[in-house]
Amino acid sequence: MTTKKEQLCGWNREEMASRAALDIPDGSYVNLGIGIPEKVAQYVPTGREVIYHTENGLLGMGPVPAAGEEDPELINAGKKAVTAIPGAAFFHHADSFAMIRGQHIDICVLGAMQVSEQGDLANWSTGEPDAIPAVGGAMDLVAGVKTIYVITQHCTRDGEPKLVASCSYPLTGKAVVNRIYTDLAVIDVTPAGFQIVELAPGISFEDIRQRTAGRLLPVAR
Amino acid sequence: MIDKRVASLAAAVEDIFDGATVMIGGFGEAGSPIELIHALIDQGARDLTVVNNNTGRGHVGLAALIENGRVRKMICSYPRTVGSRVFPQLYRSGKIELELVPQGTLAERIRAGGAGIPAFYTATSVGTPLAEGKEQRSFEGREYVMEFGLKADFALIKCRQADCYGNLVYNKTARNFAPIMAMAAATTIVQTGLLVDPGGIDPEVVVTPGIFVDRIVTVAEPAQEAKLVAEGRHYP
Repeated sequence: MTTKKEQLCGWNREEMASRAALDIPDGSYVNLGIGIPEKVAQYVPTGREVIYHTENGLLGMGPVPAAGEEDPELINAGKKAVTAIPGAAFFHHADSFAMIRGQHIDICVLGAMQVSEQGDLANWSTGEPDAIPAVGGAMDLVAGVKTIYVITQHCTRDGEPKLVASCSYPLTGKAVVNRIYTDLAVIDVTPAGFQIVELAPGISFEDIRQRTAGRLLPVAR
Repeated sequence: MIDKRVASLAAAVEDIFDGATVMIGGFGEAGSPIELIHALIDQGARDLTVVNNNTGRGHVGLAALIENGRVRKMICSYPRTVGSRVFPQLYRSGKIELELVPQGTLAERIRAGGAGIPAFYTATSVGTPLAEGKEQRSFEGREYVMEFGLKADFALIKCRQADCYGNLVYNKTARNFAPIMAMAAATTIVQTGLLVDPGGIDPEVVVTPGIFVDRIVTVAEPAQEAKLVAEGRHYP
């Protein structure tokens, strides 16, 4: 898959976040990664109560504070100012990661560099020798959280597939991803390969097939 | 009589020796004991192994400690936060070592170190480069890697409120690594915003019990790292 494919117009970033938000059930404890995953919170359908965990030590994370109300000691895992909802709790890092490792968090939504058809995730390092390796909590989250959703563009900026037969970048976790939300489709990781669940408007199976490097199954009829 | 107060920042850090392992609280700026770090720079200890989630920003606090050539090795999970310039440069030129540890494994290694547990198994990092060379074992059909508990000679942490016994209360997400680092260090040094009399903290809300704390120094109005970075300040 080396020829550059024409850029398709499927879902934009907001629509990707909004589509993922539909799959967050009422009553869930959820950890959202940095980037598009952060946007999921604003699209969870009205009437569902979701508690957001941020691994630096807060359960019950609220929205971004108003300008001038930021507190440098009230931040999220991306080190951005946040708020705490009424009923929030603060805790230290070992407790925070016990929530993760101990499978108490229901869903984690995070970004990806590559996802393999076995559900392997690579999202922390390109493995280049001069890169400064930095992993944060990603490996803990994918190993410990019950359901892992990935939100990512279907292809890299250079048009290379991010959904691949096997990851070429160093792994974050093996066989951990459950579902992928791209700009082109919603795709489940299954034993038979990437199973398309839903196509973005105007996108065909053939479009996805040309931009995916692993085994791919069309939407079940 | 137990009174863990010390008179000055300089006195609080005076016995930190060359080659010591020092845990420093904070997740980015939140909870970073910036005045204690600056006192450690003034004190001059070198060849330190520092445990912190990050590597500091700008040219103050932890970044300044590193920039002043005092740190031989960093043990951390995320050494390249936005605004982190000093560490990446030294790392690329081979002048500082890095032990990269997943954040939750880092926290549990510190907790275990403080709780007298020499090693434990975790599923985190299995199948990744960070598990290479580590002992693995299967429990109930799942693979785990063995990780060692982590102890330190000193911990430098920051809290909101303390009493002279060393009972501590923190502020919001500034708590992060401080309670477990206090447990894992032979000598735990605390800068507190407020010092209260015994009984001034409800025993039900004490986060770090005083047994884990050795020295307390009051810094009523700690500097804000972000502000110093924005002003382009260097320490010293």
